[in-house]
Amino acid sequence: MLIPKLWRNSAFKFGILVLLLLLLLAVCAPLLGTVDPSAMDSANINTAAGVHGEFALLDGSAVQHIFWMGSDNFGRDIYSRVLYGTRTSLLVAAFTALVAIGIGAVLGMLAGYFRLVDALLMRFMDGLMAIPAILLAIALVSALGATLWTVVVAIAIPEIPRVTRLVRALVLTLREEPFVEAARALATPTPVILWRHILPNAMAPLIVQGTFIAASAVLTEAILSFLGLGLPADVPTWGNIMAEGRVQFTQYPGNVLFPALFLVPTVLAINLLGDGLRDVLDPKFAKRSA
Amino acid sequence: MKEDKASTLVRAMNQAGAKTVAAPEAPTPTTEHPPAPPAAKPAPAPILVIDNLHVALPTGGDRSHAVHGVSLSIAPGKTVCVVGESGSGKSVMATAVMGLLPRELKPSQGRITLQGESLLDASALRLRQLRGKAMGMVFQEPMTALNPVMTCGEQIDELLKEHTKWPAALRQKEILDILAKVRLPEPERMVRSYPHQLSGGQRQRIVIAMAVILKPALLICDEPTTALDVTTQKEILKLIAELQSDTAYGAPGALQSAVLFITHDMGVVAEIADEVLVMHQGRAVEYGPVDEVLHHPRADYTRMLLDAVPSMTPPPARPAPPGPALLRGEAVTKTYSSRDWLGRARETHALQAAALAVRAGETVGVVGESGSGKSTLARCLIRMIEPSDGQVFWGEAEVAHLGEGGLRPLRSQVQVVFQDPNRSLNPRRKVGDSIIEGAMNFGASHAEALALAADLMDKVRLPREGLQRYPSQFSGGQRQRIAIARALACKPRVLVADEAVSALDVSVQAQILTLLRDIRDELGLGLLFITHDLRVAAQLCDRVIVMHQGQIVEQGLTAELYANPQQDYTRRLLQAAPANISRTNT
Repeated sequence: MLIPKLWRNSAFKFGILVLLLLLLLAVCAPLLGTVDPSAMDSANINTAAGVHGEFALLDGSAVQHIFWMGSDNFGRDIYSRVLYGTRTSLLVAAFTALVAIGIGAVLGMLAGYFRLVDALLMRFMDGLMAIPAILLAIALVSALGATLWTVVVAIAIPEIPRVTRLVRALVLTLREEPFVEAARALATPTPVILWRHILPNAMAPLIVQGTFIAASAVLTEAILSFLGLGLPADVPTWGNIMAEGRVQFTQYPGNVLFPALFLVPTVLAINLLGDGLRDVLDPKFAKRSA
Repeated sequence: MKEDKASTLVRAMNQAGAKTVAAPEAPTPTTEHPPAPPAAKPAPAPILVIDNLHVALPTGGDRSHAVHGVSLSIAPGKTVCVVGESGSGKSVMATAVMGLLPRELKPSQGRITLQGESLLDASALRLRQLRGKAMGMVFQEPMTALNPVMTCGEQIDELLKEHTKWPAALRQKEILDILAKVRLPEPERMVRSYPHQLSGGQRQRIVIAMAVILKPALLICDEPTTALDVTTQKEILKLIAELQSDTAYGAPGALQSAVLFITHDMGVVAEIADEVLVMHQGRAVEYGPVDEVLHHPRADYTRMLLDAVPSMTPPPARPAPPGPALLRGEAVTKTYSSRDWLGRARETHALQAAALAVRAGETVGVVGESGSGKSTLARCLIRMIEPSDGQVFWGEAEVAHLGEGGLRPLRSQVQVVFQDPNRSLNPRRKVGDSIIEGAMNFGASHAEALALAADLMDKVRLPREGLQRYPSQFSGGQRQRIAIARALACKPRVLVADEAVSALDVSVQAQILTLLRDIRDELGLGLLFITHDLRVAAQLCDRVIVMHQGQIVEQGLTAELYANPQQDYTRRLLQAAPANISRTNT
């Protein structure tokens, strides 16, 4: 019922196809003619895109290799780095969305249902929102050290207040619904009401919000890496590939442009996916775009 | 008369009436062929003619046409009421006349002619000129029909600027005149008021003023009194009739304007119509003079509609049941206090010292208009809200100030059925899961609860397979049955029905009332029935409590209270209820 409806939505269709393709590239990266993304071959520094050659691996053996996107000034293969970078970006996107939505949903439900929690929690969230998201993320990464998980947490935390607000607003409306009152009259315990009656009815906007968080997480992760604050340099990410390519951008623009060529469609695809989901799941908005 | 047929679908709207038939024209032995409106003397040309109108629905719906071959004509000074239940296509027809159909709906056949001009062929520009000038419109919900950020005066003025070249001073004078004519107090103040500062009835008068200020030949009223209280409804119906009979309307030859009045309420029809068109599933079922249709209906569907309208005359009183009160309130009071920006406390007395008791097997009705405090009373009694003062007893237990945890073990005694069946069931849970929730909260095992749910489906006369479906797969009336089954699942002793039939079509309403009555008698439940509808209360309740402005005005046995009301307010309320329809069976 829902799937064919989603499939008819062209924004959703485009978004999901692009993302599935990226997922396939990320998962199958080792099979797609890549080499170790961290391997440096001093014989292949700043190779031009499309050149056939031999790549000397770390263990000394050499393999035939096509430099689809050239190599950087350390002699690393950009194509391999970009494909492996897809893994990082998708992981960060998915986990950030899950963490932000998960924590935000719990806090939002508490704030929406219990007045006292609301007063305390929302003031704290207001404070958190007063700090620019990127600065907060930078501070957190600096404080926690850079691993995949700390980056995820650092990107997710500034998103949590927004999710909390959204969920709180939804809960405030839903708790007045007769079916929630009926559940109270049936002596259903409050946690069960929240879990069974309120959360499922708040799910649609939450999923949509999740996609937008995922899109911005891809960007934020790239920004952090670009600033040298993201994942350690041995983990290839689109952000640090661009950062390293930046210094010789005028001679070798490919080092920046190729990762960007992946980054832009990824963000676009996730956003389109979110728009499509919103149109289908929330008919109120669908009318507007119809 | 058209043939009636059935398929299913579509829209709902509500009620209300157009012009009065103050003195029902003498029982005219009219011609025996209904489709043609009664022609008397050399009748003036009709203002509106709808001829064999078809409005197609988008493919994939339950039926092909929202309106399927409907014809009518309205002569100057006449009111035609279009009656039907939700999905009958009556509102679609009115919208088609105004040229405001949503894009998905297209008139596929037939003609609509306003004073000789074909509306279906008219351009969007021409239609806009006609709307407001040649046809005025009054909608159901006056709050949404008005722009909340413009004063009422500005909104009327905007209309005049659009359609006339009058200078500002003349416009201002006309606005004040029309506001006086629709009986708004202090027109000067009304002009400067925003819609939210007015009452529902006043807002509807503003909307009516806008509809008639340019003296349109045709006034279209789509359920204009449905959102209003009965006393207000009475006044609005009278006003519409007066405005119509005011000969200044309808410019050419000082003809009176025609009124097309959409309603679901047979009582309103009886008050206002000259002719009636009954619609069902997009088709015209019956069309004829009001007396004919109401008193000698030819179509089964019309007869069913008329029979479904509860009578204002209560049945003879039943013996009062013995036994202690199962649900009792003593001096229940609810006061809301708020502070303005200066910190001054402002108190709203929603409910003042109300007392009532419900015993096993009896139905106690609480009637009143909006804002009377009847719902506040119900919500205090079922402890959705905490009363500010007073006592509430569930059986022996005093629960007025218990916390949620203390209430929970007692909640099985008092259950509730809400007004809106679309919102009272969790749309994401299967019906079965909703029904077993209560039983399982009180210790039943999953298997026991399921067996009970199946029994309850029988009891509310729904198929057991329904347990596996979602609420969206049921109609409004069926959902209300499910809500009743859910309330019964934890074996309550008292059922509180808060406007439980108000959102339903009359025919469905009658079924739900029968169901409630049967269940009450079968299970020996006490029933507390909150309603604004005096007819429903008359038929169902043993005792009635009348509320007004947060206080109990009067109470007594239903038959006595209806026959011999002691208080002025009760008398006004009873008089305002739309006319009784007495039908002589043919």
